[in-house]
Amino acid sequence: MVKGTNMSTHSVTASSPGTEANRHTAGGSVGSLSDVAQEIERHLPDKLMDPIMETSLLNIYYGDFHAVHDVNLAFGRNEITALIGPSGCGKSTVLRSLNRMNDLVPGARVEGAVNYQGQNIYARGVDPIAVRTHVGMVFQKPNPFPKSIYDNVAYGPRVTGMKVDDMDDLVEGALRGAALWDEVKDKLKQSAYGLSGGQQQRLCIARTIATKPNVILMDEPCSALDPIATARVEDLMLQLTQDYTIVIVTHNMQQAARVSDRTAFFTARPDETTGNRTGLLVEYNLTKQLFSQPSDQRTEDYISGRFG
Amino acid sequence: MAAYAETAAKTVLATAGRDRDRSVKSLVFLGLLWFSLFFGVLVLVALIVSTALEGAPRFDSDLITRYSSTLSPERTGFRAGILGSLMVILATAAMAVPIGIAAALHLEEFANKERWYNKFIEVNLQNLAAVPSVVYGLLAVAFVTLMGIHQRGLVISGAVALSLLILPVIIITTREAVRAVPREIRDGSMALGATRWQTTWKQTLPSAVPGIATGTILGLSRAIGEAAPLLIIGTATAIRFDPNGLMSQFTALPLEIYSTTSQSREDFRVAAAAAIIVLLVMILALNGLAIFIRNKFQRSW
Ligand SMILES: Nc1ncnc2c1ncn2[C@@H]1O[C@H](COP(=O)(O)OP(=O)(O)OP(=O)(O)O)[C@@H](O)[C@H]1O
Ligand SMILES: [Mg+2]
Repeated sequence: MVKGTNMSTHSVTASSPGTEANRHTAGGSVGSLSDVAQEIERHLPDKLMDPIMETSLLNIYYGDFHAVHDVNLAFGRNEITALIGPSGCGKSTVLRSLNRMNDLVPGARVEGAVNYQGQNIYARGVDPIAVRTHVGMVFQKPNPFPKSIYDNVAYGPRVTGMKVDDMDDLVEGALRGAALWDEVKDKLKQSAYGLSGGQQQRLCIARTIATKPNVILMDEPCSALDPIATARVEDLMLQLTQDYTIVIVTHNMQQAARVSDRTAFFTARPDETTGNRTGLLVEYNLTKQLFSQPSDQRTEDYISGRFG
Repeated sequence: MAAYAETAAKTVLATAGRDRDRSVKSLVFLGLLWFSLFFGVLVLVALIVSTALEGAPRFDSDLITRYSSTLSPERTGFRAGILGSLMVILATAAMAVPIGIAAALHLEEFANKERWYNKFIEVNLQNLAAVPSVVYGLLAVAFVTLMGIHQRGLVISGAVALSLLILPVIIITTREAVRAVPREIRDGSMALGATRWQTTWKQTLPSAVPGIATGTILGLSRAIGEAAPLLIIGTATAIRFDPNGLMSQFTALPLEIYSTTSQSREDFRVAAAAAIIVLLVMILALNGLAIFIRNKFQRSW
């Protein structure tokens, strides 16, 4: 339902990445953020009726440190949701809690619920490994494995014991899905370390979609890339919404405005007693709305660069 | 912009100038450094050269193919010691390497570092590496006796002693190699739905192999030159047969050299000098292999 309307309005998806690169180039030429947000016409319901994922009263602690307070967020199917906010407000922390990568951080503790397709992934008996095959993750710094390009993509399906008829097909499909196939099809057996940073990041995306997740989490996926590589990854994200739901953390507000359907703005509030800065969700809305008519003063200050 | 470049260039030149500092103080200091280096190297070279010269007449095949002989000292050989050393080192590697790597992986990847007993182990690993090697000989005697082996001077006892001796070294170097594998690689693997075990086995361990191999080989090359723990377990100093298994008696090259040098006849001293060069070559070969592996396979992240 939501899916159908979204796809038809994605005017940018089919065009070739080369021309898109020019249009999307990040930098000073972009006007006000609300203009950018309006550039992409997507008809989205104001209220999410059937979110694929939802957090409720999410509180996250590192040891005694209360990092994130009472976050309620819903992620729409086949939408891109951007998490923005000043450094240290807990964006990465929230993101990692969505596929239980926080479990790997010693001392990290999650309270509240994260419902994925109606099931709380923190409920007793849920296998975090299984969660991660449904909710994949792309990291800030491209982190290909020291293996061949082919083996990088095949790694996920192999370790999760996915039933694969033809691994070559699957690898090709994933690389095509990440708009990387044409660049690497002749050197699949070569080391992934020979690729450029932007190609490596798309390889990491290919690697993630090879395991056929439903949701892809991206933590500042373009922060290590140049504007052209960034534009290609942004195009890719828009294409990926045909099959995937994406949650992206970004410090680049133009990027949030360009690619996301909804934006959540976080900030950190110092605790009166301890002085610790606890992150909280300030405002969550359609990206267009959040950038044109923010309803909270803090949001407005932040997006207009007056954040102090 | 141009002005900035100019200042930058000046800074570079000024820094470079410091290399050519010619004040008396720094020259004296430099001289001292050179002297220290020279002294260390000189002693080593003098030792090797004088030993090589002394042993020169005995660089023949008898040296490594014949057993020791009191009847014809001019043709005495170290076959038993060389084979014994090789066998005991092989057995040591077979024992210490898997255990050492497994222990290091557990400590680094699986153990909860907050727990006091893991901290305790951690501190004591460092201490173990500094324990005198005779102590490991005693420990090995106790260990094999517990296993029900009462015969003295067996290959297995030697291997246990040397394994205990180099385990701390292997564990410490393996942990360092494992720690050098970036967190991002593990996260990437886990995020794809791999288990911790798969991540360790398929990502961390293969990436750490060069470092592990280097540390292990250096440990083994230390073990091959050890005499004290082998004496404690009752290793014979001269025997005239090849070791043929874990339960066989043996002698090791350092021990055989020791017993040969204590003979009064000139022929034995010459043979011992030649055997020392053989031992050095064995150790250098191992170290060379370690350096080769490090340079060839070490990855910079
Ligand atoms: N592994 C950790 N252990 C302890 N504290 C942590 C850990 N990771 C993050 N924190 C703390 O939690 C808070 C939120 O961190 P987080 O990385 O989620 O912020 P962020 O919004 O992603 O910031 P940035 O924009 O700089 O990436 C910070 O105060 C940080 O110091
Ligand atoms: Mg972050």
